[in-house]
Amino acid sequence: MRLEPRAATSATATVLWPLAAIAATVVFSSVLVMIAGASPITVFYLVFKGAAGSQFALVETLTRATPLIFTGLAVAVAFRARLWNIGAEAQLYLGAVMTVVLGTGAVTLPSAGLIPLIIFVVMLTGALALLGPAILKTRFGVDEVVTTLLLNFIVILFVSMLLEGVLKDPMGLGWPQSRRVIEEAQLPRLIQGKRLHFGFILAIVSAIIVWVIMKKTVLGYEMRAVGHNAEAARFAGIPVNRVIVKTALLSGGLAALAGFSEVAGLKGNLTLDLSPGYGYTGIVVAMLALLNPLGVVAAAIFVAGIFVGADAMSRSANVPSYIADVMVATSLLTMVTAIMLMRYRVRWR
Amino acid sequence: MTEAIEILFTASFWVAAIRIASPLIFATMGELICERAGVLNLGIEGIMVAGAFTGWFTVYMGGDLWTGVFVAAMTGAMFGLLHGFLTVPLGLSQHVTGIGITLLASSLTYFTYRILLPEVSSPPKIEPFEPFAVPLLLDIPVLGPALFNQTPLTYLAYLTVAVVAFVLYRTPVGVAVRAVGENPSAVEAQGISVTAIRIGAVMAGSALMAIGGAFLTMSAFNSFFFEMINGRGWIAIALVVFGSWRPGKALIGAILFAAFDAYQIRLQQITGGVIPYQIFLMMPFVLSIVALVVVARRATYPKALMIPYQKGER
Repeated sequence: MRLEPRAATSATATVLWPLAAIAATVVFSSVLVMIAGASPITVFYLVFKGAAGSQFALVETLTRATPLIFTGLAVAVAFRARLWNIGAEAQLYLGAVMTVVLGTGAVTLPSAGLIPLIIFVVMLTGALALLGPAILKTRFGVDEVVTTLLLNFIVILFVSMLLEGVLKDPMGLGWPQSRRVIEEAQLPRLIQGKRLHFGFILAIVSAIIVWVIMKKTVLGYEMRAVGHNAEAARFAGIPVNRVIVKTALLSGGLAALAGFSEVAGLKGNLTLDLSPGYGYTGIVVAMLALLNPLGVVAAAIFVAGIFVGADAMSRSANVPSYIADVMVATSLLTMVTAIMLMRYRVRWR
Repeated sequence: MTEAIEILFTASFWVAAIRIASPLIFATMGELICERAGVLNLGIEGIMVAGAFTGWFTVYMGGDLWTGVFVAAMTGAMFGLLHGFLTVPLGLSQHVTGIGITLLASSLTYFTYRILLPEVSSPPKIEPFEPFAVPLLLDIPVLGPALFNQTPLTYLAYLTVAVVAFVLYRTPVGVAVRAVGENPSAVEAQGISVTAIRIGAVMAGSALMAIGGAFLTMSAFNSFFFEMINGRGWIAIALVVFGSWRPGKALIGAILFAAFDAYQIRLQQITGGVIPYQIFLMMPFVLSIVALVVVARRATYPKALMIPYQKGER
């Protein structure tokens, strides 16, 4: 078999292939659900109800989507320039660390001053965390996939060390957790008494800003050029290495905001289970969104819905909630296949 | 201070080093085969999880230990087939597909574990491989126990290196594998299918990765735990670069790395809590990055690595 580029992607193909990808994911997970001894229709109904069937469910889904929007944006930006940042998890935790360092009373300012200061430092930290791998890539030709992956492990151990050391809450009954951030450093709740917080708005605004950067600025154009063909971009006079470094700074900063928003908006303090893999799930979100920053918002809400819905479902239907991870991983693989088939025609010989 | 140096001359240290090296050797050889054929396999971490589980579960269900190893290898080969199909004929991004395979293999494994053992709070145990002492050779001081009083899977790991090296450099199949990683159109011109060679190599490599995972549940420990692979797959990828895509050098890299790992555990006991234990746990990952930086400058990647091949194109 061989692949031929399609002259133009027809509107039907643009709709049908992604739908086929979703259908394939549904069929595969249905088989697993049946193996688990449950009815797929009941399970999917319960997942949907758990994700969007009530105001409580919807609010929970949007809350869970917030960090995924940040990590999804971080990955989308990086992948657009073919900078394979698999280290959003590390950048997230470093963002959370800086939030705790500045937000637990070391700096006292009114909210209007303290929160922007924390955001600035958090983004700077995340940016610097990815600067290392970016420099290793551009200067020494070290593959950034492995360095960013390894950094995830290093950072989580570093955070563990801090939580048992300098950042440990003396009132924490021996648990490795930080103090709670002071009131001035907390993001307000969007709905009284609900978990949804201002971080969600911040995530939407970030998505719009990133969209503008990608579509309307020289940097966005250069990033796409580098991602499309680095050699051609270099030939056209684009400073490829500088573009990669700028992309890294933006990507790392965005991922770190996920950690800030989780601590300042939701959890209030830092623990080692702050992220159940938001950095890795951000890769799926970004791919489902076809690396489009606005699409990231929709994809993050979709993926968050699967997780929230599956949690609710597993409590009542006796199907392990790991089904959500399986669905998300499967949809990643089927969706990248669908995207390819939208652009190429398969010829069998 | 002398204590820190004395460690290096104890047999138990070298026994541990060789044991720690074993799963890394399988995984590194597996990744090396894939990359030599031009396919980066980031599914490695998940494939190791799947191999660790299926091998262990086969034995738990009453299967023979070697049957367990075989089942693990087949599981790995199936994920390799998936990765190969998506990246070779379809030409999808090897990075994205690999991460997808890792997520799929590990989540599918955890899902299956929960289905098969729903009520289990502490994971059940199996009788793992026992060390097998090679007579006479065992009596060599220090090296004897380290090299010749290990479990059969460790001997298999060393055999694998020899076989991989022999196949890659001394057989027509190996020449074809290396060639599709360097110059696929030249291979196609000889009437050999690049697709078939690449998919075959990814399947064989993934089978080895899965055996590496199975080593942990069937030889090092006697049970399956979540998160037990803990980055070993990513370290294997670094070791492939460190070994410059050569089996012998990669073997030396894996042993050095494992020796360092075994050493830091013992050093930790000597220093007795003065240095936070996390620093020691970080060292393997830091060391991998350092190794990459040191070697990357003069590393010669297989030229067609990560470049999809299309028949008739140049």
